[in-house]
This record gives sequence, C-alpha cells and structure tokens, in this order.
Amino acid sequence: MFTKAIVVGASSGIGEAIAKQLAASGVTVAVLGRRTAELERVCAGSDKLKPYTHDVEAFDEVPDLFAKIVADLGGLDLLVYAAGVMPKVAEGEYDFDKDRQMMAVNVVGAMAWMNPAAARFEAARAGTILGISSIAGERGRRGNPGYTTSKAALTAYLEALRNRCSRYGVNVVTAKPGFVSTAMTQGMGKLLWLIPADEAARQSLALARRGTSAIGFVPARWSLVAWVVRSIPSWLFRRTNV
Amino acid sequence: MRRPTLTTLRARSPWRVLGGFGQAINGACRYVAPASVEELSATLARAHEEGLTVAFRGAGRSYGDASINTRGLVVDTQRLTRVHRWDPGSGEFECEPGVTVEGLWRRTIEDGYWPAVVPGTMRPTMGGCLAMNIHGKNNFRAGPFGEHVQEIDLVTPSGEVLTCNREQNPDVFHAAIGGLGMLGAITRVKLKLKKIESGLLRVDARVGRNLDEIFECFEELIPKSDYVVGWIDCFARNGSLGRGQLHAAHYLHGDEDPDPQGSLHVERQGLPSTILGFPRGKLWIPMQFFVNDLGVAMVNRAKYWSSYFGDGASYLQSHVGFAFLLDYVPDWRLAYGDGGFVQYQVFIPKETAKATLKTLLDLGQRRGFPSYLGVLKRHRPDAFLLSHAVDGWSLAMDFKVTRGNREALWKHFAEMTAIVLDAGGRFYFAKDGVLTSADVARAYGQERIDRFAAIKQRLDPDGTLNSDLSRRALGL
Repeated sequence: MFTKAIVVGASSGIGEAIAKQLAASGVTVAVLGRRTAELERVCAGSDKLKPYTHDVEAFDEVPDLFAKIVADLGGLDLLVYAAGVMPKVAEGEYDFDKDRQMMAVNVVGAMAWMNPAAARFEAARAGTILGISSIAGERGRRGNPGYTTSKAALTAYLEALRNRCSRYGVNVVTAKPGFVSTAMTQGMGKLLWLIPADEAARQSLALARRGTSAIGFVPARWSLVAWVVRSIPSWLFRRTNV
Repeated sequence: MRRPTLTTLRARSPWRVLGGFGQAINGACRYVAPASVEELSATLARAHEEGLTVAFRGAGRSYGDASINTRGLVVDTQRLTRVHRWDPGSGEFECEPGVTVEGLWRRTIEDGYWPAVVPGTMRPTMGGCLAMNIHGKNNFRAGPFGEHVQEIDLVTPSGEVLTCNREQNPDVFHAAIGGLGMLGAITRVKLKLKKIESGLLRVDARVGRNLDEIFECFEELIPKSDYVVGWIDCFARNGSLGRGQLHAAHYLHGDEDPDPQGSLHVERQGLPSTILGFPRGKLWIPMQFFVNDLGVAMVNRAKYWSSYFGDGASYLQSHVGFAFLLDYVPDWRLAYGDGGFVQYQVFIPKETAKATLKTLLDLGQRRGFPSYLGVLKRHRPDAFLLSHAVDGWSLAMDFKVTRGNREALWKHFAEMTAIVLDAGGRFYFAKDGVLTSADVARAYGQERIDRFAAIKQRLDPDGTLNSDLSRRALGL
C-alpha cells in the first residue's frame, strides 16, 4: 500500500525498525536522523533506504528538505514521525533545558514535518501520517513532566490533524507504545510488557496499513492500563508513583 | 529549541491547501496575503530572488486551477482594496486589484454607474476579472471586461512597473488582460463604467422547446436587448433536446422608471434573503439532496414547465438581481459534495455552433454525464491575445465529480474537447481544469501562444509567474 515514505527519527529505536520493515516490503524510504554514522549503518545493505542527515530541531531546514526528498523519491505517500527524546529527570529536578528539548524534538519537530505532509496529502486526497506518540501522554506523571506533556501534546496534535484531514482521505494514525526495548528505556530496570523495537514497529505499521485513521496502543493490551490510569481521580493519582 | 531563523519566503510562508471554486481540483501551496501594493511588489521580487514560482489569487472564483500553484507561492490580493479615484462626471474608476465587483458597484450605482461588464457573481476581484478577461450576459454587445479598461499598472518579477494602455505598451496591455497573471502583478486598474438611468432593467422571459427554437429566439432578442442569457435543460432528449428559457434585458431610459433615484439606491439592489421560504445562506444544505441525476432531472423539468407557462412574461428587475444569479444561494457549490464539480464552457463559431452543441448534449446523455447546468450565451471576437471569445456561442456545463466517476468523466471531457476543437472552438481558462497544452495550442493557434510566450519571456524571463493552470494548459 505504501511506496514512498519519509521516516523522521530513524537512526535508532522504533524509527529504525519502521524504516527497515518498510524497505523490506519494497517501500523506498528517506531515512532521517541527526547522526550521520548511525544513518549509514541503518541504510547499509538496502538500496531502498536513503539517508538524509537532519536535526529535527533545525525547523527552518524542513521546507527545503521536504521538497528535496519528495523530488528525490518522486512522490510521497507516508510520513512517519518517530523522533523522540526522554532525558532522565531525577527526583526533585527541575530542568528547563531538558523540557525545552523534549518539546522541540517530540512536538515542534513533528509539527514542522507534518505541516507540509498534511497540506500535500489533503490536496492529493490521499496519504498517511503516522505519529509515534506514547502511553505516557495519557496523564501528567510526576516522574517526567516534560515528557508526558510532550506526548500529550503530540497525541492531541495528531487527533486534530485527523479531525482536520481524514475527511479528505488522509489517514492520520497515532501509535501509542508502552515500554519498548530501545536506548530510551535502557537502565530502567525490569519493565512491564517490554517489547522489542521490531515488534513495536510492526504493530505501528499495521495500524497505519488499516487505512482507517486508527489510534492504537502498542501492544493493544496497554489500552486497559490507559483506561485505568485515565480513570483515577486526580486526588488519588497524585498519591501514586505512576 | 533553536531560535527560529525562518527568513526565506520559502520557509516562512505557511502551507495552504487551495481549491478552485469547483473544489474538484486542489493543491498545497505556500501562501501570503500582502497588505499593500508595496508589500506585494516586494514579495514578488523576493520570490523571484529565491527561485520560487508565484501565482496570484483574488477571490478564488475561477473554477479550476487558475489560482493554484502547487508547492509554489500563492499571493492573495484580496487585501489590496484601495480606491484611488472615482469620478462620477466621467465614469472613470481607478483602484487596486483586490476591489471586488461588489465593492465596485456599491460605490458607483447611486451616482448612476454600473460596471459595463459583470460576471454571474459579484465576488470576483478586479485582478481576477482582468486576468481572466471575464465576460457577461452582454458579451455580444459590450465585449469582455478588458474592453472597458483604460489603463493598468503591471509590476514584473524584476520590479519594473509598466503602465499599459492602448497607446503605451499596447501589446502588453492586450496580453496581460486575459493573461492569467503570467506577465506580472496588476497593481492598479482604471475602468470606464457604464452610465445608467435607472437601477432596474426590463426583463423578458421566453421559452424554447428545443435548441432550434432557442437559437431562433436568441437571435431575435439580440438586436433589441442589452443582455441575453439562456438556460438549457441538458436532460431533455430527442425532439426536446436543448430546450430551455431565455432572459433578455435592456437598460431603462427616460421616464420608463418613474423613480430612478429610488431604484438606484444601494438598498434597492439587494438579493432576496429567503428563497421558497428558506434562508438562502443555508439553502445549499437541502440542495445537496437534489444534486444527482434524478434530482436535477426533476428540478429541470419543474423549472422548464414553470417557464413554459411564464413564456412572454415581462418584468422589471434590479441590476443585481438580474446579473448575479450565482449569488442567490451562497455556497451553492457545497451542494455538489466532497468531490466538487467541474465547469466546462465551450465557445463555438456561429457556423457550427448549433450542430456542435446538439452533439455535445446528446453525447453527455449517452455517456451518462448529462450536465447539471446549461448556460447559453452569444459572443463576439475582441482584440485580446488570449481571448476566449469567438463570433459564436458558448455553453457552460457543470459536472459533478465523485471518487468513482473521475476517470470516466475526464475521458468524457477529452471526447467533448475533440469535438469542440474540430468545430473550431475555444475554451475559457476561468472555467478550465482539464485541457492539455496541445488542446490549447489547437484552440488558440500556436502562433498566439508563441506571441504570448515571447511577451512573457521579455517580462518574466526566469518564469517566476506560474500556476497549475499555466503549466498544464500553456506548458509554461
């Protein structure tokens, strides 16, 4: 169903796995990441994977780079935004720089890339936008205020795009993974329902391939946890360590 | 987060998905709406510097892709609404390109002036009217909009300002009017308006039982009328093929209007606020249930028979009421649904017009694409380079576009286009969304296209001015 894709944030983790799986199914993929060496490693061994070094915080590069990639690929039918950072935030730590970075990478970069894609897809009455958000966006959690805020914002932004463009045939998909075994979760100890990045990528792409502007947890059983977490009243939630 | 340094027009201009008025054709464009002529000129120069293509957009009333510039920049001129001069003595009106037809007549009617040529809606801007060289129901007499233009200022992408009229740069004048915004930005226009003695027109309604009768009646009305327009029921078959109704109108003179000062008042030039008891602003909602083959066939039949019994009626109607039929139901285009519609207007020389129109009406029915609208007008040639008018007739047709019918419908357009070209016909860029550059070269003659391209080469050598329409239909 997809033939030409952009994956932003593909030098590691879920983004890398998505890029490789797309390439394996015959899709030509523009692979975007900040670290050139990592990109070359990802793209080695497949001529379907085309590396483009890009720091998502360099918002002003996006218009020209987007145009260049679309020209290079000869079109576009899928944009995946998988860039995300989650610096450790210690108990009692209040670090604006970390918060700002999370908002820039996890949200503002997504807007910078999804804007031209959404405009293009709405005009074409076709196309898919897949955003990798997180279950962390379901509530504001004491463990990492900046991260939960950024993912809540990304989820809301994707919902708004879906409400705006799905009537024009654009498939806007939100994948909300739980714990995934990537660099982001290293050193966090034993985690509930931890899945490999490949598996998270496979399930996220499956949501996108439905073509129904799906919103889904990855794996789906997190929806139960999310429902419980959302149902806890604030006066009780603040007493937990979730 | 790095401090944003979005300095280029390319990076700074937001995306906007822009559609033609028919909503069947869309494009993702970069968009900017300058607040002054100076800002517009600076934007154009900047885009030229950056190698970004530019198309102009007024009210977005062209049905196809005339004001769409996919991935390029669209410069919206609607904020440029200054009136420089209005002289009720001479009827000269000088303004910026964003002034609309409505803005124009509201300003001048109480002084006894009406635009010499108006389209079927009062929403278009002067810039749009000029770029398309629009026509009205009086084309056979008054010619196109451009014939009543005395002078324009044209700003080229390199920043040169050319004043063009019939003495100064006459070649540019006759190419830029009807030039689709491809030669420069029209930043000032000077018009000559028509003196009227009353705010009312005398309108006569006539019915024709088939296309032969319609043509005959039309010819009979032309010498004694200032405006004539025909409505054709494109669903009627066989002996009734091309049946419909004609409305002819003429200006009132002398004491024909007992209260000319009253009838010229702006408030007497309104449109009804309800139609058949329904608030007109929301009328498109129930209308959508009728915008299908069955519904239109029913509505056309009802309209035809009501006009049949009203044959020969004569009444007085305001200029606005007669001219702007398309504004009676705002947002009527929404009734066509998500897929929108394509308006396709053919201009055919008088020698072959009747037979060709019959062929087209019949073909539409046989292919399962009867037009939902049929508007017949009489035209005469004019001096503009890319003029759509021929000494003959035009028929405007509307076709609903759906996800399922798009491919078959476009084939139907190609088939109709071939017939029109064989008949020596032309098309109208304000309505077009389907022609190829080969079609256009045949319709206008390669020589005219080459002359236009030569003027463009002189004024815009880097090809900054471009649109989806110019790329598709002119191969620019």
